[in-house]
Order: sequence, then structure tokens, then C-alpha cells
Amino acid sequence: MSIEFLDEQKPIDFEAIRAKLAAGQSPRYWRSLDELAETEEFTEFLHREFPAQASVWPEDVSRRNFLKLMGASLSLGGLAACSRQPDEKIVPYVKAPEDVIPGTALPYATAYSSSGYAMGALVTSFMGRPTKVEGHPTHPASLGATDLFAQASILTMYDPDRSSTILNSGRESIWDSFYGALSGRVDAARLKQGAGLSILTETVTSPALANQIKALLTALPKAKWHQYQPASRDSAKTGAVMAYGEATDTQYHLDRANVIVSLDADFLSSGPGAVRYTHDFSSKRLANADHPEMSRLYAVESTPNNTGAMADHRLGVRPGQIEHFARAIAGKMGIALAAGTLEPAHEKWVDAVVRDLKKDPKSSVVIPGDNQPAVVHALAHAINQALGNTGTTVTYTAPVEANPVDQLASIKELAGDMEAGRVDTLIILGGNPVYTAPADLKLESAMDKVAFRTHLSLYDDETSRLCHWHIPETHYLEQWGDLRAFDGTISVVQPLIAPLYFGKSSLEMVAAINGQPNAAMYDLVRDYWKSQSTAPDFEHYWKTTLSDGFLAESKFPDKLVKLTADFSKQPAVANPPSPAGTGLDVVFRLDPTIGDGFYANNAWLQELPKPLTKLVWDNAALISPRTAQKLGAATNDVVELAYKGRIVKAAVWVMPVQPEGVVTLYLGYGRSRTGKVGKGTGFNAYALQTSDAPWFGSDLAITKTGATYKLATTQTIANMNDGLTTRPIIREATLEEFKEHPDFAQEMAETPEKDVTLFPQGLKDNNYDGNAWGMAIDLNVCTGCSACTIACQAENNIAVVGKEQVIRRRVMHWIRVDRYYKGDPENPEGTVHQPVPCMHCENAPCEVVCPVAATNHSKEGLNDMVYNRCIGTRYCSNNCPYKVRRYNFLEWDEFEGESTKLQKNPNVTVRTRGVMEKCTYCVQRINKARIDAKKEDRPIRDGEIVTACQAVCPASAIVFGNLADPESRVSKLKTNPRNYALLGELNTRPRTTYLAKVTNPNPELESGKA
Amino acid sequence: MSPHDTNVAALEPSIPLIAPGHTYTTISDKVAGIVVTEPQPKSWKFGILIGAIGVMILNTAVIYLFYKGIGIWGVNIPVGWGWAIINFVWWIGIGHAGTLISAILLLLNQQWRTSINRFAEAMTIFAVMCAGMFPILHLGRPWVFYFILPYPGTLTMWPNFRSPLLWDVFAVSTYATVSLLFWYVGLIPDFATLRDKARNKVGQWAYGFFALGWRGSARHWFRYETASLILAGLATPLVVSVHSIVSLDFSVGIIPGWHTTIFPPYFVAGAIYSGFAMVLTLTIPVRKIYALEDFITQRHLDVMAKVMLATGLIVGYGYIMEAFYAWYSANPYEKFMIYNRMTGPYWPAYWALVLCNIVTPQFLWIHWVRNNPIVLFIISIIVNIGMWLERYVIVVTSLHADFLPSSWGSSVSWRNLRPRKTSSWPRKKSMTRATSRSMRLRLFPWTVSRKRLGSRRPDFL
Repeated sequence: MSIEFLDEQKPIDFEAIRAKLAAGQSPRYWRSLDELAETEEFTEFLHREFPAQASVWPEDVSRRNFLKLMGASLSLGGLAACSRQPDEKIVPYVKAPEDVIPGTALPYATAYSSSGYAMGALVTSFMGRPTKVEGHPTHPASLGATDLFAQASILTMYDPDRSSTILNSGRESIWDSFYGALSGRVDAARLKQGAGLSILTETVTSPALANQIKALLTALPKAKWHQYQPASRDSAKTGAVMAYGEATDTQYHLDRANVIVSLDADFLSSGPGAVRYTHDFSSKRLANADHPEMSRLYAVESTPNNTGAMADHRLGVRPGQIEHFARAIAGKMGIALAAGTLEPAHEKWVDAVVRDLKKDPKSSVVIPGDNQPAVVHALAHAINQALGNTGTTVTYTAPVEANPVDQLASIKELAGDMEAGRVDTLIILGGNPVYTAPADLKLESAMDKVAFRTHLSLYDDETSRLCHWHIPETHYLEQWGDLRAFDGTISVVQPLIAPLYFGKSSLEMVAAINGQPNAAMYDLVRDYWKSQSTAPDFEHYWKTTLSDGFLAESKFPDKLVKLTADFSKQPAVANPPSPAGTGLDVVFRLDPTIGDGFYANNAWLQELPKPLTKLVWDNAALISPRTAQKLGAATNDVVELAYKGRIVKAAVWVMPVQPEGVVTLYLGYGRSRTGKVGKGTGFNAYALQTSDAPWFGSDLAITKTGATYKLATTQTIANMNDGLTTRPIIREATLEEFKEHPDFAQEMAETPEKDVTLFPQGLKDNNYDGNAWGMAIDLNVCTGCSACTIACQAENNIAVVGKEQVIRRRVMHWIRVDRYYKGDPENPEGTVHQPVPCMHCENAPCEVVCPVAATNHSKEGLNDMVYNRCIGTRYCSNNCPYKVRRYNFLEWDEFEGESTKLQKNPNVTVRTRGVMEKCTYCVQRINKARIDAKKEDRPIRDGEIVTACQAVCPASAIVFGNLADPESRVSKLKTNPRNYALLGELNTRPRTTYLAKVTNPNPELESGKA
Repeated sequence: MSPHDTNVAALEPSIPLIAPGHTYTTISDKVAGIVVTEPQPKSWKFGILIGAIGVMILNTAVIYLFYKGIGIWGVNIPVGWGWAIINFVWWIGIGHAGTLISAILLLLNQQWRTSINRFAEAMTIFAVMCAGMFPILHLGRPWVFYFILPYPGTLTMWPNFRSPLLWDVFAVSTYATVSLLFWYVGLIPDFATLRDKARNKVGQWAYGFFALGWRGSARHWFRYETASLILAGLATPLVVSVHSIVSLDFSVGIIPGWHTTIFPPYFVAGAIYSGFAMVLTLTIPVRKIYALEDFITQRHLDVMAKVMLATGLIVGYGYIMEAFYAWYSANPYEKFMIYNRMTGPYWPAYWALVLCNIVTPQFLWIHWVRNNPIVLFIISIIVNIGMWLERYVIVVTSLHADFLPSSWGSSVSWRNLRPRKTSSWPRKKSMTRATSRSMRLRLFPWTVSRKRLGSRRPDFL
């Protein structure tokens, strides 16, 4: 066969071209020299459309040649299929690794770091793949529950946008090169006893890490250790020193408290003990007919929060007013100091509160907010002392932090050092200080003055961009470590998976500075504990600790404290600030769902409706309706916020319970360098925050820009107005009313009798067989924290849809937390939360209308969804009065990264486009319990099945179980007189019911109102 | 005088249904001529072009829909149904006029129907075709639409016979079958006429094939008459049943605004109302373009306008009763529903519907209006819009705010239904209509031939 390729060209005859050009025969503009020369190839080229391809095939192909070629191809193709496989032996498990059972989940104990403090966790792992975080049932900070961050932290581990490689000025590098550079710097610093070497960490409670750092500081005495994170609790630390003269941590025991006063404290959802506090608080709010006693919660707040929403008396005031409240209460307790200035109405309120506090000595508590100045904390300590609460509702311990410093002062000092050129080596372990530090510290420009900058973090973020070296950090599920909980209990952090991206932990980094570049995390932690252990058999002790997850009895002992003698003479205490002005006050808060911004790239948290605003994917400037009216601004309007000479643009959110004249800005958004998820969300409120008054200030100026920005929310209707008060959705009574009419909840609507039916009597009931699953949700203790939504998302592989689709109302959460305001829309009395999963109606409206029978009732009363059968008519959702059904309008999983697929729960189907889905009561957990019970030939025990939402709920508001068993917890709750069926009047006969809300207002104050 | 030369108008001197001077021959020549001999006017070609473009846009939209999923539309969680279901109900309703004219009026011996019945029947067929398309388009997983059919399969799974959507499948498929048969049986003698007049082999063969060997013998006519009556008898209950069942899609649901017993009769009346409006919408221009004023006389228009007026009043009564019962029931959800319809975010739709469907037909009380084709045409268009809005209001405003305010999706008014990327969607239905109309005119005789006219008078043949 003659096949010619166009690869050989004749040399171009330049002489001929010149001749042609001179003769004027050639075109003046030409495409190539070939054209000018009129070579044969060029002529050929012009004649053929696809010369390269066409020429491969011979012009004169004959039938014979064609057949030859085809025959050869066929036989060669056949031969290729017979080629030998590579000689690589695949060895099956002869002895399977211990513990790995395909399809069976294994829980491992570890600890989640909540702003540096441990929250015990049991992490579910499927064949080495962690999928779900559960609380540790006996860990003091968890008691089986977690907050929403711990739930969502698993997604961060699988985040495809996590930093995956060491970067040196943006170029990929390796650990050895980094260590070479680092050791050079450290050696140089060693000559100066460490001067110029600064380490910046977040809050450190880890004994092993603290030990490493202290060893470093011993070797290099002039090196500095700074700590900073936005959730730093500085005022609590400083306040304790003001009151007691020494660093002291405070623990509250809300299960012993009858009267609680919160001074701008959101103790139910922020701070290291929040989960435990919610649990303890709830235990005093579970009113039933036999024990109607409840604690009473007063809340003064400068910005709406979950604690205020739970309060029996809530008062929204300007942030600067809180100190005056504290002073007024202290003054009335007989503590001699300068009194606060209060409005007459507030004066009356405080009088009532003080009388209530004094009524029940030793069982009340005053809790100051972490965002209030230290003096409020000091005053609260004095008040608690005066009330005799110390030792009962308030206890004190040594500080849990390894080195409790005023972190704001610490970062200020660092920024000053950097600016002055006193720092030449800066090692930042975790955190994102360039983004989170107050704007007036100008850390970004100060960074330039440091010769060697290193950042260890999970993401290549704003700080990494300004550092010479970026080292990927290990996620806590990939690392060895240890942490202390809020009460001092030590947990060992053990990894569930090998580091996905060969990251390093803080421990390893400090070890590297100490000259041990290749020390393993495991050895570092174990060696430390070996050195600390007094146990005779360390191996046994270590193994027990790992399997338990924490060291029992390691909590700090209570400490006796006494107010310092000169308490009231301290300048801060002696001089009250002038009463708050009339302008606009600004309040900075960590975002309720993405925290300080670390979780900006976590899609679950971005799409989680913020408990009070129900905003998703953005933050906003929260203003009250009256302030909005004054400014002429409405929700979605873009405004310019000017504060202390800095200007930021933000969208307005009109917030009904917002105190008048207060603008709340949530930190954590507006990240300039984050992953695909966090990109372009919200505005950066850190740009307005200053170090002199980091949490609030006055004289904020707002001007409308005329532009609008569409904010996404999952709940558009905010209020119970619009003639909706006639709808018995939330049923609520005061404690007095409850005692008089325990059946108030049932009386609020008529529920049809069960035996009223056109069918032969009891037809439906007889269909149930054995177990009858049901759920009870106690509205009285639900704080609206929304951890249930995230837990459900993690457990049930629920998709994230993105902001645009949320605006289109296509969010996928199987359990949502509804929020209603009560009373006047301009100035509501309060907020109520109601979690709504599928009701599993016995008379389910959805089941009747599905044309293909894709949603059916199980014998045990579950409303089952058969994804394979669903053709997507959406009729079931239309007919669902609770609108709990969720629909895959598009192929949501298309947007997922490869690595997040590893997070999926293998026991739950990942749904495809066009299919309806909804809460299943965690049917996979029911089936697992059923299998276990069958193997052991016993009935399923009460409490053996715990749904994901139930497990995570710190307030134990959700109880699931078998209604056929009269002794089960859920059955007993259903006999509680507060029990009612939501929309029961429609005769849907829901299996999920609610326990009505009971408030405990002070009769002295107008009922229900502040 | 042969029967072919009988003066048709003279047969019924009191009812001028056909202009004077026509004989069976002239009618045949005129009617068959449109199909067989006369060159098609330019407007026909233009109509077909527009229609074809519309169908292409429809195809593009449908392909994109199947490729991406239902999320390209504006439907969401409180409002699970939108365009597709609204269009489905609207088209099915339109079809009803055809069946009413062919079946019930046949049984009631209403002579005037013969001029328009073929027209109306053909409209029915196309309306049902359009309607049938939407339930499949609106499925999340259209490729398994057959799950809804009761077929014996290896899944050993039957559809849910309690679901109104399944009843729809039966109702609509029965309706489509009977309508098609009715239309075809009625066409057989006309196909024979066309076969005889056809000028080319293809026409002769094709029309001959469908004429089933019709020779016009008395026995043929007898069988034909019997078959027509039987089919009319079969189709009569369908006029009532089909839209009653479609209305059950809503009234079986428990959503306020859906869950009401008034729906079946009110939907049937609405269907006939919109159907007659559509017949007028189609008739008036065609009558003009093809110069058929002799056969579709003012009297036809007058009678159709009267039917519209009567059914329009029933529909209006339905709206009033809906509001009355919402108030009278003292049910907070029902009360809010009607209040929300009137004053909520969708108020323009509700009041536009009242304007179109209650106010506009009142003009039909006036004799002059009933006899003015242009005014009638405008009114018929308004009624068509109004009836579409009625379904829009029922589907969307009921769903967008039901029981729990937390799940309400009221922030957007019109956007909920507006398609996101396929902007061609709203135009689609008019496009298909234009195409179907043109196709119909070209391929099938549009109206009665002499034999149909005489069919109730066998003694003349």
C-alpha cells in the first residue's frame, strides 16, 4: 500500500518568489510562503478541504485493499483483546483487618474542637470512611448531643477546596524544603534566644500542644506565643481577674437554677459549654402535669439570639445599656458601686427581676454575655456571690485554656511588633488572622514587614496568600491530639482516616520548630501522656482512654474564690459609661451558622437557615422595622455602613425582634479568598471591627445606595399576623394557665375522633402490626439551634442546592425549623421555633394521590417513599399540608465534588433528579435495630433507635420510639396533656406530634410581655 | 330534478342555516374544493410557517426540558404544579365543545351543529393531543411515564387506583379514543367525496383508503347513521365525565381552594364555555378567509354566543359560590384562601379572571354583539384567556399559601410560573394551535358536506 504523508516539503525557492514579486504577478498580501511560491503542496492544500486527513487515505484505494485493511484491523483487534494482564498479584484479605466489617458502621471516640474546647464525639466510620459525627453520650460537654458545627465539620474534611499541598510563594513545594527553610530561621533565632520569632495560635486547650510550645519557649525564651481567634472570650477572662484577682473559669449549672438572668448572653448557642448548658436548661423546662415546675429565664439582649427567644421575659436594648442593667441589679443587691442609668420602664423591670432573684437564693444565676465588656462579667460575679449562688448554680475552676491571655491584647501586641519590625519569623498555626483580626490592626500591611511568614491551615486563605509558606493542616478527623472541655475534662483526639492531603497538625509544626521535623503526631501525643501518666500499666490506660474518648475524672476541681477587696474601687467598676446615645449602635457577632468565617466554604452551613433570620448564603445588616422606616430602607436594599472612618456596603435585613437603634453585623462573610462554596457570599463585617471596642459601638452611619441585593431566605412569611392567629399551629400558654387547664393544647383545635370513618370501624388501625413508630417534639425546650437539620443532612445524604435555588424555594432539608414571631409585627413579643419533619400521618394525604403508589404506608406506620417508583408528578407535595416533601428539581449531585461523595451514608440512597424525597424517620436506623433485635430474638428496645435529629438535639426536644409500647418514652410523652397534633383538625392523624409551649412569666411583670 | 340539485336552504325555510341558493352540488364543490382543487391562499402558507416555527421551538424547549429536568421551570415546593397542569386542564376543557356539539347536539337534533361540528371535532382531537402532552412533560422522570399505566409487568406493581391522576389517564385516553372514532366515522362519506374529486393518484388512493369503500348506498347510510348514534350515546357521558374527573385532581386534594365539591359541575361548564370560545376563535377567521359565510351564517355565531353566555353564567355562579362557601364555612384556611386570592400577591390574576369570565360575556346579552363577528372574536379570545387564568388561579394561588405560613412561597407573584431558560414556553401553546389549525384545514374537510347535512333526513335521499 502506498500511503503518503504530507510530511516532506520541498525547500522553498526564494529566488523564484522574488522574481514573481518583481514582475508584479503575485498577490500583495499572502498567507504563506508556500502560496507565494505556488508550490505543489500549496495547490494541493487549496484543492482539498481536509488535506491532512484526506491524504492519509490513498487515492487509488481498491476493494481488495479495503478488505485487506479491514481484515487486518479485525484480527489485530481480536489479538489485542487476548493480551496478558500485568503480572501484579492482588492479595485478598487472608485475615481481614480487625474491626473492618463491610457494611457495618463502627463508631470511634474522638473530640471536636469547638473554638479550642473539646466536644466529645463518636464518629461513624464505614470501612475506614468517616461519615457522621455523633455526640459522645458521657462526655460532659456533649452528653450525646453536638452543635451544628460539629455535625457539619465532616463535610469540611471532604471539602474538595481544602488546601492539598505545601505552597512556597504560591508554588508547590515539599515538607523537606519547608523544613530546610524553617530550621535556618529557627537556628538564626536561637542565636538571639528566640527574639524575633513569634508563634500565633488560636485558643489552645491541648495539654500536649501547650507542652510543646512551652518547651519551645523554654529553649527560646525571647520567642513569643500569641493567641487570637474572634471567639476569644476575653471579657470573661478579664472579668474574672477583676472580680477574683486571678484567672478563673466559670461554669454554670442550669439544672439547679430556678431563676436565670442573661445579660446579653447567648449561653444556649455560643460558648464552649453551650451544648451542655442547653441540656441542663432544658431539664428544668420539661413541664408535665405531675411536675409543672419550671425555671424562669430573663434575657436582656442587644441583638436577637436563641437564648432570648427562649426567655420568659425578653428585653431588647442597646448594647451599651447592658452594663447599666448589671449595675442596677448589683446596686439593688447591696453591692456598693456606681449605679446604672435606666429608663423608668426598665427600672420597674429590674425591680421585679431582683425580687425574683432574691426570692430563691442559691438557686438563681446571672450570666453575662461574652460580647459584653469585662466589667459586666465582674459585676455578674459579684451578683452571683451576693445571691449565694457560688457552689450551687455557679462553680469556678482553674482556667481551661493552657495560657489564658487577653487575646485581643495579644494580637495587638503582635501587630505592633510586626509593624515595628521586631518580628522576623512568624509562624501562624491555624486561624485566619489576616481576615479575622480587627481592621484597625492593619495586619495585612504589617505582614510585609516580617521576613519569614508561615501559615498552617486547612485552606489556602487570606492569610496564606500573604505568607511565604502555606502548610496544609490536618482536619481533626485526620489527626492525633488532645483537648480539654469547658470543665477541664481531657479528650484524646484520634484520627478516623489517614490525612487526605498529607497535612500537618499544629503539634507536628511545633515539633518541627523544636527540631523534630518527622515526629509523628501519634508519638507526640502518646509520649506526652506517657510522661504524665501515673498508671501502672500505661498501655492499658492509653487504650482505655482511646476507646472511652476522654479521661474520666479529669475535670478540674472546683475552686474557692473570693471577691477582691478593692472590687468596687477598680476604675472600670467605679466609672459607669454614659448612657447610650440616640444614634445607631453597631453590634458585631459571630455568624450563627458559619462562625468566624472558617466554615464559609461549608455548603451545609451556608445553606442552613440562620435560626432567627432564616437567611441563607449571606449575612446582612439587621435593623428593626422602625429603624428601617426611619432610614427608608427595606430588606434587600444595599446600604453603606460608615463606622469609625471605615465604609462597608451591606444588604439590609429588617428583623422584627431587633432592638430599636441597633444594627447587627454578623462576622464571617465576605471572604476574599475561599473555595467555590464561600465565594461571593455576604459582606465582610471584620472590615468595620476595631480593637478598642470589638463587639459593639455607637455612631454608625447608614446611607442608602439605591442598589439592591437579593437575599435568600427559606421562610418568607415572618409573622403570625395576617389573620393567622386563628391558626392553632403553635400552641402556647403560661405556666399558670397550664396548671389550671392542662389540656389547653388539645382544646385549641378540634381533632376528629379516630373511629369516625366511612370504612368498617377500625379498618386502618388494624392494619398496624407490632411496632408503631412515632415522634414527639417538645416546643418548650427547642431553642431553634438547627443542629437537627444538619444532622439529618449528614445522615441522609441530603443535597445542597445553592442560593439561587433557595430563592426558588427548592431547599432540600428534611427537617426544617420554622420560626414565628408572636404579637405585634412591628415589635413582637418573642420568637418561637418549631422543627417540622415528615409527620408520618396515619391518614396521609400524600399517599392517596400518588398515581404510581410510590409513597406507601408501612405496617409499622412509616410513610415510605419508594424512589425507584417515583415518576415525579409532585402531587404528593401539593397535597401535603405540612409541605415537608422535598423534590429533586434538577440533578443536585452534579454540583458535588468527587471527595464529598466519600461522606455519603452507604445505607441511604442518593436521590436522582425528578424524584420526591422526605424524612424517613431514619428508616435505615430502624432497620439496623430490627436486624440486631432479630438476631438476638428479642423485641426492639426503647431507645435503641435514635433518629439523627433526636441524637443531636442538645435539649432532647425530639423523642422517637414505639407507640405500641406504652412504657416507651415517646408513648409517655404522648400522654402528656401538652401533646397536640399539628393540623390534627384535618384528620391526617400525624405520628409526629408536638408538646405545646409553656412559658413561666413573672406575674409581677405584665404577662408574656417585657 | 335530481336530489343533488335540491335547494338546501329551502328545506328549512324557518332556519336560515345555509345561505339561499345553495344546492348539494355547490356545497360539495365549495367544501371539497378547499381541500382538493383550490390553490391554498398565501395566509395558509404563512400560518403553516408560523406554526412550524412554533413547533420547532416547542421541540427545542422539550428537548432541553428532558435533558435538564423540571427545574428549568419555575415550579417549586409550595407550588408543585404550574404551566404544564394549567395547560393540560385548559386544553382538555377546550376539547369539550367539540364533543358537546357532535354528541349531545346530535342526540338533541340541533340542526345548526352540522356546519361547525367537524370543525369542533377536529379541534377536540388536537386539543386532546396538546393536553395529553403536558402531563408527560411535567413528570420529573418522563422516561418512566408508563408506570402510571396498569400493565402486567415483572414489577408486579399496579398503579394506585385511588389517585385522581390515574383516573385522568383513563378518562383522557377514553375521551381521545371516542373523539377520534367519532370524528373518523363522520368523515367517511366525506372521504368518499374527496376520493371522487381527487385529481391525482395519491389523493385518490389515500382518501379512498380512509373512505373504506364507501359508495353511498342506502345500507351504508343506514349503518353510518346507527354508528353515529351509538357513538353519540357513548360520547355524551364523556362530555360530563372527563372534566369532572380532571376537576377531581383538585377536589380530592385537601388544599384550601382545591378541596371543594362544586368543582365537577363548575369545571364542565367552564370546559364548554372555553370550548365554544375556541370554536369561535377558529371559526371566525376561517369563515372569512375561505369565504364560508354561506355555510357558517350569522345564526351559527349567534347560537354559539348564546351557549357561551349560558355557560359563562354558570361559571360565574361557581366563582361566587366558591367565595360564599369560604366565608360561610367559617374555616380559617378557606377564608384566608379566598381573601388571599382577592388581595394576595396573585390578585391581578384573580381580578383579570373575573373581568374576562364574568364581566365580558355579559355583552353577549346584546343581539348586536352576538351578530358582529369581530366583536365576537375579541370576546372569544378574552374568554380563552380568562379560562386559562381560572386554572392558573386554582393551581397557583391555592398552593402558594396553604396551611403553615412557614412553607408559603409568596415572595414572587408571577415568577413562580415563569420558565427560567426556555422563554419560548408560554408561546408554545399558541404555536401548536396555529399549526394544528392549518394542518386540519389542509388535510380534512373543515365542515359538513351535503350528506352530513341531510343525514337527519333520510327520506330525502
